[in-house]
Amino acid sequence: MPAVSKGDGMRGLAVFISDIRNCKSKEAEIKRINKELANIRSKFKGDKALDGYSKKKYVCKLLFIFLLGHDIDFGHMEAVNLLSSNKYTEKQIGYLFISVLVNSNSELIRLINNAIKNDLSSRNPTFMCLALHCIANVGSREMAEAFAGEIPRILVAGDTMDSVKQSAALCLLRLYKTSPDLVLMGEWTSRVVHLLNDQHMGVVTAAISLITCLSQKNPDEFKTCVSLAVSRLSRIVSSASTDLQDYTYYFVPAPWLSCKLLRLLQCYPPPEDGAVKGRLVECLETILNKAQEPPKSKKVQHSNAKNAILFEAIALIIHYDSEPNLLVRACNQLGQFLQHRETNLRYLALESMCTLASSEFSHEAVKTHIETVINALKTERDVSVRQRAADLLYAMCDRSNAKQIVAEMLSYLETADYSIREEMVLKVAILAEKYAVDYSWYVDTILNLIRIAGDYVSEEVWYRVIQIVINRDDVQGYAAKTVFEALQAPACHENMVKVGGYILGEFGNLIAGDPRSSPLVQFNLLHSKFHLCSVPTRALLLSAYIKFINLFPETKSTIQEVLRCDSQIRNSDVELQQRAVEYLKLSSIASTDVLATVLEEMPPFPERESSILAKLKKKKGPGAVSAGELEEGKREGGEVNGWEVNQQKSEPSQENASSLTTSPSPTPTAMHLSLTSFFFPSSLSQSTPSPSADLLGLRSAAPVSAAPVSAGSLLVDVFSEAGPAASTAGVNDDGFLRFVCKNNGVLFENQLLQIGIKSEYRQNLGRMYLFYGNKTSVQFVSFSTTLKPVDPLVEGGAQVQQVINIECLSDFSDAPLLNIKFRYGGALQNLSLKLPVTINKFFQPTEMSSHDFFQRWKQLSQPQQEAQKIFKANHPMDTEVLKAKLLGLGTALLDNVDPNPENFVCAGVIQTKAQQIGCLLRLEPNAQAQMYRLTLRSSKDTVAKRLCELLSEQF
Amino acid sequence: MMRFLLLFSRQGKLRLQKWFLPLPEREKKKIIRDMVAMVLARKPRTCNFLHWRDLKIVYKRYASLYFCCGLEEQDNELLALEVLHRYVELLDKYFGNVCELDIIFNFEKAYFILDEFLMGGEIQETSKLSISKSIEASDMLQETMEEYMSKPAF
Repeated sequence: MPAVSKGDGMRGLAVFISDIRNCKSKEAEIKRINKELANIRSKFKGDKALDGYSKKKYVCKLLFIFLLGHDIDFGHMEAVNLLSSNKYTEKQIGYLFISVLVNSNSELIRLINNAIKNDLSSRNPTFMCLALHCIANVGSREMAEAFAGEIPRILVAGDTMDSVKQSAALCLLRLYKTSPDLVLMGEWTSRVVHLLNDQHMGVVTAAISLITCLSQKNPDEFKTCVSLAVSRLSRIVSSASTDLQDYTYYFVPAPWLSCKLLRLLQCYPPPEDGAVKGRLVECLETILNKAQEPPKSKKVQHSNAKNAILFEAIALIIHYDSEPNLLVRACNQLGQFLQHRETNLRYLALESMCTLASSEFSHEAVKTHIETVINALKTERDVSVRQRAADLLYAMCDRSNAKQIVAEMLSYLETADYSIREEMVLKVAILAEKYAVDYSWYVDTILNLIRIAGDYVSEEVWYRVIQIVINRDDVQGYAAKTVFEALQAPACHENMVKVGGYILGEFGNLIAGDPRSSPLVQFNLLHSKFHLCSVPTRALLLSAYIKFINLFPETKSTIQEVLRCDSQIRNSDVELQQRAVEYLKLSSIASTDVLATVLEEMPPFPERESSILAKLKKKKGPGAVSAGELEEGKREGGEVNGWEVNQQKSEPSQENASSLTTSPSPTPTAMHLSLTSFFFPSSLSQSTPSPSADLLGLRSAAPVSAAPVSAGSLLVDVFSEAGPAASTAGVNDDGFLRFVCKNNGVLFENQLLQIGIKSEYRQNLGRMYLFYGNKTSVQFVSFSTTLKPVDPLVEGGAQVQQVINIECLSDFSDAPLLNIKFRYGGALQNLSLKLPVTINKFFQPTEMSSHDFFQRWKQLSQPQQEAQKIFKANHPMDTEVLKAKLLGLGTALLDNVDPNPENFVCAGVIQTKAQQIGCLLRLEPNAQAQMYRLTLRSSKDTVAKRLCELLSEQF
Repeated sequence: MMRFLLLFSRQGKLRLQKWFLPLPEREKKKIIRDMVAMVLARKPRTCNFLHWRDLKIVYKRYASLYFCCGLEEQDNELLALEVLHRYVELLDKYFGNVCELDIIFNFEKAYFILDEFLMGGEIQETSKLSISKSIEASDMLQETMEEYMSKPAF
């Protein structure tokens, strides 16, 4: 088909486009355009009524000008007029203009809607499709209001043409996304689901996008689609490449539809019906098998389409996370792709493996590819592939390979692209901390990090190393020695000076015995860096000096000399000057006893979540968190996005909080707040606030009330429990309580047996998957549980799964008990555990306004309806962790209800078979006292009491 | 779903823009700028996928034109490459050995063909035959209707 015959009819337009293309400069182009705009304007305003053709031509010219990037502020009316033309091309151009230049002018929208209405009822399929396209393109609320009722009817009507059905399905999807409240599927549901059976492949392809979206929102109503999707998929997968005629794409039968079907199945858990499940597993196996067959074509389109299906199948296998055999096969397949010559496949394989790394079944299999991944990090030419390799190394890291991975990432950092350095630094810092067994390795790693990529080491990272050194006395001497050595380098990074100043100021005495690092040598070394540093670092160094005076009286006169010199005591920077004056005075008037008290060693910091991790997540934005973490998030109940958003939203309030309570400056003076301010209250008001100062725990002010430090759990991060190095859970009561705010994890673990749990709840129903893993190499015999019959033999290293359904009949306090018996090497093992089913699992979150909340709060004011507890914080009082826990509880977290922004307010309804029980919750943290007050009000007294008990153990 | 599709030349001139979600003009211009800068800066034989904000970017060069689309997290990148390819095939079938000039001079046709293929960022029809047939049908409609309308009235 020659081009000219198609674009004809509008010679004027072609001439105009040529003119524009011939313009030699931007100015000439603008001039030509302005001339044309003036011409069109006069035509539109002219007395003579324009014929349809001219109108179409001018509207098209306007469109062209708009697409060149110029603003268009007229012509809308003429375009709307074209909509009601009888001529197809005029109508078509009219619709195109409206679609591209949407204008929310309400007057116009009414006219447009009228035209659409006429076309929809015209029964002319071409016109109907144009109208549906326009609705989908504009997709505004007004359009949804006008047409959301009509389109489902068109979609399921028996006499609708296939092409119109396709448009109607996707148009409805668009409206559902803009205004879900206006699209009521109710009566249409089953007919829409049955479009999966339609004979026309195009109709199925279009309809499945709609069905997938609706299933995500209303899984129960659409669950019949699972078996339909499986049988459709099975028919496609087993068909020969020619069966589907034009729906075969480069010898691959219906790749788009196959992928969509696999995607739809990812909205649901594995099918319960054995036959359906068997058929699906067969499909997945066939897809994996086909990947091994020789290609039917050398064209890249063939392999892309084939692999698109393969990756989607792997995504489904990972989603189910219950078929170890398939997971390992998937992992092997991806392993092959890691070395494929197509860069695209290497990229996708790395990305997909990140999610596999977080599955307990395939974590080990992923780890076998470590050398290939490291190699990719070193040799890939494409930065985006290297980035994925770094992500995967991060995801596959556990205690066994942490040293190797961290070493590789560090060496990669030396040549890494600037765009990803900061993120790499954060990842190295997190891994080093998370898997540190030996803290001298941790200190080495972080100091190396500063040496190699000092510019990219954010405050969080160096704050954290100081926190850890302060809290662990076994590493302090080593840290002092290492940092002293690092400072010997002629050019060292300012961050190194900061860490050095702080650590030597605290622990310089530990290495002072060696004449090569005597107090004066230490001081001279630090002071040699002083003049090259910025003001905040100098301030920090001054504080280190005063600490030196306390640690080493013999340095007093030298240091006083330094403080006394004009460049300090008359420094133009008011903060430095003030410190110099105050420290000089302090060192000369205070007795050694007073000095020793004031400048005492820092007390341990309260343990808290590592904010490096938070920073990493924040940095990458909601969608970009490495797939591994996303997967973990999904397993925690799919709240990764919400969590991210919360975090970002709360940032300002955190800052406010910190600036209200104490000075957030990260320097030692600020840390000594309670001490120095005693003498010089004014000195602190000067310090410059730093946006991320919260890291060292300054917000909770005086670290005097530090929580006890547990040596084993330095990093309390909210994600670690589902992470690759799954926790080694302790006793059951503890295990039970850990499930109050989450649904998945390890319930119990000893030397023999690990019990993992996954559970989901909807209204008053729940389903729990129990995984019993035999950790030994010996078979367990006579294995039985009180729940349900289960295979009495559990092979060594094998895992048995049990599914139980739960129904909440009425409210309860005691958890159901699970008894497990088995013989291991002849000895009978008997285990009794509480199943983590608590009343809060049956919460439905309830959003409400502040007004409604207080009204209901008042209604529940009888004394027995309220339960209250005041208790001490067992964990660091981190806002984000609190929010995550409260959301995990199942209630809605209500913003802007409590007048005090520090407090948390939640509402929810507990669904039991017998009744619904409304509950309101208020949690008031007191950071100063490290205490909480928890208040629950509920229409049922036992519920309020039980929730209060459960929750008081959580924070 | 696909969020947007952009066609631009090696010189960075935008030839076609399709937005499947309404966005303010300023935001669109920002995205166009970022995409053009990012994609043109890529070295040859690098992979066709990028991460940008929370979107996956998939692009491919055909002769002098870059085809570039933004996908959501759960979308399949390889399949998106084939969406781009199928669109090129459709243009090719319609214009016969399509080149950049065809798209410049017949931009409205390029939009119409895209509309037959994608809607709301989802695939509407993958069969090349059906799409070509409906495009031809509307061209026919144009001719017969115009003939009909230009007949002198009684």
